[in-house]
Amino acid sequence: MQKVVWILALLLLVLHQDFWAWSDRTLVLGFLPIGLAYHLVFSLAAAGLWLAAVKLAWPSEIEAWADAVDEPDGATGANDAGSSPSGGATR
Amino acid sequence: MSPIPLYVVGAYLLLLLGLGLMCSRFFRGTSGDFFVASRSIGPFVLLMSVFGTTMTAFALVGSTGKAYADGIGTYGLMASKSGLIHSAIFFLVGIKLWAIGKRHGYVTQCQYFRARFGSDAVGYVLFPVLVLLVIPYLLIGVLGSGAVVSGVTRGMFPDTFANGAVPAWITGGVVCGVVTVYVMLAGVRGAAWANTFQTLVFMTTGVITFVLIAKALGGPVAASEAVEANAPSKLMRTGEIGKWQFASYFFIPLSVGMFPHLFQNWLTARSAKTFRLTVVAHPLFIMIVWVPCILIGIWAAGMPIGIPEERQNAVLGAMVGRLLENPWLTGLLTAGVLAAIMSSLDSQFMCLGTMFTNDIVLHKVGPDRLTDKQTLWVGRAFVIGIVVLTYAVSLVAQGQAIFPLAVWCFSGFGALFPVVVAAVYWKRATAAGVIASVVVTAVVWFVLFARAGYGGESLLFVEWLSSEGQEDGVMPATVMFAACLVTLVGVSLATQPPDSKTVSRFFPKALQGVPQ
Repeated sequence: MQKVVWILALLLLVLHQDFWAWSDRTLVLGFLPIGLAYHLVFSLAAAGLWLAAVKLAWPSEIEAWADAVDEPDGATGANDAGSSPSGGATR
Repeated sequence: MSPIPLYVVGAYLLLLLGLGLMCSRFFRGTSGDFFVASRSIGPFVLLMSVFGTTMTAFALVGSTGKAYADGIGTYGLMASKSGLIHSAIFFLVGIKLWAIGKRHGYVTQCQYFRARFGSDAVGYVLFPVLVLLVIPYLLIGVLGSGAVVSGVTRGMFPDTFANGAVPAWITGGVVCGVVTVYVMLAGVRGAAWANTFQTLVFMTTGVITFVLIAKALGGPVAASEAVEANAPSKLMRTGEIGKWQFASYFFIPLSVGMFPHLFQNWLTARSAKTFRLTVVAHPLFIMIVWVPCILIGIWAAGMPIGIPEERQNAVLGAMVGRLLENPWLTGLLTAGVLAAIMSSLDSQFMCLGTMFTNDIVLHKVGPDRLTDKQTLWVGRAFVIGIVVLTYAVSLVAQGQAIFPLAVWCFSGFGALFPVVVAAVYWKRATAAGVIASVVVTAVVWFVLFARAGYGGESLLFVEWLSSEGQEDGVMPATVMFAACLVTLVGVSLATQPPDSKTVSRFFPKALQGVPQ
């Protein structure tokens, strides 16, 4: 399912290049130029795609890893109030 | 002409200062809270904060002016493409960087890149490049605020100022001052809260502006019919935007992967789940803001409003000032535009202050040599320094078109995108590869920037790609991106692989293939 999400993302990227509507001045609903209307629908499709990505391809394991105690050689700061913001790994 | 719009703007700025004061009561008084809000920001504030930061004068003033000059293709160039690409980057890069930043305690990009590639030099090379690229971005905001207020107040003070308009240097100074105060009071938390408020304000007022302007023009159908009659090319892309140019704009929105202020915004998230709302709603929010601006821009061309294309920054202000005769509404809408501008400026000022404090001062003197309170004040001092510098530069950059300046800034960050992708996904990337690619990208950027007259619009390979009646070419970002990618891959493969300890630290099993 995750692969389907990323294939759809690539497909949307290709569909963004709507060369076929380059010279079309048709006004959708009497006021919206068709080139603009197409990309408005494209924006809605992008939101739909990312909704699917969040539902079907969410990296749930990342949360636990981020919350784990830092490694010994890791930076120390800015995880909590009061700590130094500087990363120890850069010392 | 009534000064009421200025009173409304003044009241809005006071309200913002009040919000800063209120927010300061939640400030924990620590550097960790000042720089990353103790990593406690929830989904809604993160969405508003990231979106408000991304949308600046470029989105409102710049997009309206660009649509006025080049027509509806402006939306496809930047807005719909950004909706797809920005969210992809939040998902594929942002979440991972948040996790790594939280786990290891990073606050700035340089800290992360230094540790990831095990090299101090990476930070020293990257730091000046990032700072120099953010400065045009800051200028966009300061110049945009001046242009809008100047457009709205034209004729208001005929005996005091030229054209009777509030000069840009006054507006820029006031905007910088207000942003500085609320950032000083509560750091990145203050910026995030102010962004949330300001994003709501500019989205709401943007929609109201659109409806009222449409009404003033006799309705959207009449307004678009006037474009068909007077400026038909603005309704399509033929004659305005070439296909190669349109396609190569792909590289511009990649910039969000390398924006230092967005990196800092990501680190404020309470959890990975906090990103979900941002990933999904970002394309919709872009649409809500950009579609009305594009329509206002082409309608201005259809009136026609009579502003030369070189002065495209003035189009939105002029449309509001001329068509909406209610001074209260004009003031409210002007405040909305300023809200969009300030919601970006605050994060950028904060970010540069954070970078100077952490990547230069603390990195050089050592984090244990300063108390947390001293670190906090160093951060504040740097924020003030950046504000003063930006304001001073804005005084000599008056008249610079916003859209192309923004595109140059985004091009530089977009060209560096391979660096962050390699850091997160490519174990074989080396410090030498990163240093070489950053240097090459900076040189290529500067050469092309100078060739374009220091910030003008530019296309490459025009002689090969243009066709009859249509100038075409690729965006300079294409060449910069290619230079960065080739150098990064080539030099990395030609140098010793990074040590396995560093690799295992940044590519733990838990993150393998995440997100897929």
